[in-house]
Amino acid sequence: MHIPDGFIDGKTAATTALLSAAGVGLALRQVRRRLAPRRVPLLGLAAAFLFAAQMVNFPVAGGTSGHLLGGVLAAALLGPSAAIVVLTTVLIVQCFLFADGGVLALGANIFNMAIVGVAGGYTIYRGVCRALPGTRGQVAAVAFAGWCSTVLASISCAGQLAWSGTVAWPAGFTAMALVHMLIGIGEGLIGALVFLAIQRTRPDLTGESNGSAPSRRWGEWVGYGLLAVLGIAVFVAPFACPWPDGLESVAAKLGFDHRAVHLRVPAPAPDYQMPGVRWAAGATALAGAAGTVVVFGLALLLARWLVREPGVDPRLTRP
Amino acid sequence: MIGDWIGHHHSHRDSLVARLPAGLKLGLALVIIVGTVLAPPQAMGWFLGVALLLLVAVVLSRIPLLFLLKRLAWLSPLVLGVALVNALQPAARGSWLTVAARSAICLLTIILVSNTTPFSRILRVLKSARVPGLLITTLALMHRYLFVLVEEAERMRRARASRTFTPRRGARWQTLSTVVGQLFVRASERAERIYDAMCARGWK
Repeated sequence: MHIPDGFIDGKTAATTALLSAAGVGLALRQVRRRLAPRRVPLLGLAAAFLFAAQMVNFPVAGGTSGHLLGGVLAAALLGPSAAIVVLTTVLIVQCFLFADGGVLALGANIFNMAIVGVAGGYTIYRGVCRALPGTRGQVAAVAFAGWCSTVLASISCAGQLAWSGTVAWPAGFTAMALVHMLIGIGEGLIGALVFLAIQRTRPDLTGESNGSAPSRRWGEWVGYGLLAVLGIAVFVAPFACPWPDGLESVAAKLGFDHRAVHLRVPAPAPDYQMPGVRWAAGATALAGAAGTVVVFGLALLLARWLVREPGVDPRLTRP
Repeated sequence: MIGDWIGHHHSHRDSLVARLPAGLKLGLALVIIVGTVLAPPQAMGWFLGVALLLLVAVVLSRIPLLFLLKRLAWLSPLVLGVALVNALQPAARGSWLTVAARSAICLLTIILVSNTTPFSRILRVLKSARVPGLLITTLALMHRYLFVLVEEAERMRRARASRTFTPRRGARWQTLSTVVGQLFVRASERAERIYDAMCARGWK
């Protein structure tokens, strides 16, 4: 999902850079305030771990392979703010050292994977954890939230590509969402298995005492929530609402660069007239709703199957 | 195999491009990338000029051409994907050529910079650009232990491969995720040792 340079235009790059800078600044402030000094090196090591873990290939059918993305896993192990810092670090190193993801697109990549992926995924993780207590609930939460965070990040990515005029919204959204609904299954499964493996060797790293407990202060959540909503409003809502020229009028009102809006080669608006594509977008929304329910059921089944009789095995109970 | 891929980033050839100051290189790269992204598709002069400049820099930097081509080929699935999606939209046809040209120029620029500049120099530039200290510390630690952990994962993979026959796919997922989980446990234990070592050396 790393967007290279050239796939998004100037106004998208500037907007996402601003949103990401605000989100990462908020995360850094939280980490500095709440993280014990003893755990500061863990951020760097966790970033190196995520990078190394992404190179372990899991075999999928037909000679293809998948790997961990790790946003939700990092959030479950380190807490959301630390996870945002860790993911941002991974993305910066991938950009500058391995040319994976563009420099101007760095803001967009951080926004999709580190902020939408982690903050969105962690919110879902906490929700499922609260509803289903115990190790079984945690494993189900990691699996389900991993899938959700992958899909959410891909939708945000499709929105940015559409706003840049690189691909038209209905087709881009359909393609991105469907592909990542499949990738997300692998992400959820690997995340749950890895979480359980850590839980079995070092239960202290996965419990509530590891510093990942949610902040009692609402400020943090209001901040991330506001950023995510703002991002969705800018990148996704203009395309989902029935009047396609809404974006243009908003851009004109806010005084965006006049040329940037009109010199773009493709106009995304005419595609709303295509019945086939419109049907595809509706079908995607329907498939998304159905898929979410099915994946939630699968996550519950997976946790039931992986964690048998919680509390009997002394290694599985929390100290 | 992982070693080969990473080994490339350890070897920095001495060349005219490598000796330029890091700040200048990063600034130039940023100008090229911003210019290329913002330039309208009709501005053929800019695209050709930048491409010519990059070609000269490639020759001067003495980076193997085959490596560059291989690295540029990573972009092709994305370009093909955009082409495929745009093929369904008659209004947007033709724009993917511009997208492909732009992203190829930007990618070439950043490959050139990253292969002629040590990462510590890039960090120093970021530090002077007022990037927060905690982020710089995390970046430096990640870069330092990246290769250590990748090698550790490779050792664990080899140890597992030498002890098991080819297992069923389900069992393989189980063992692979145990390897990844163990990698995190080892990373966090290493982080504790690093903290003690940092304190012993007067870090505060």
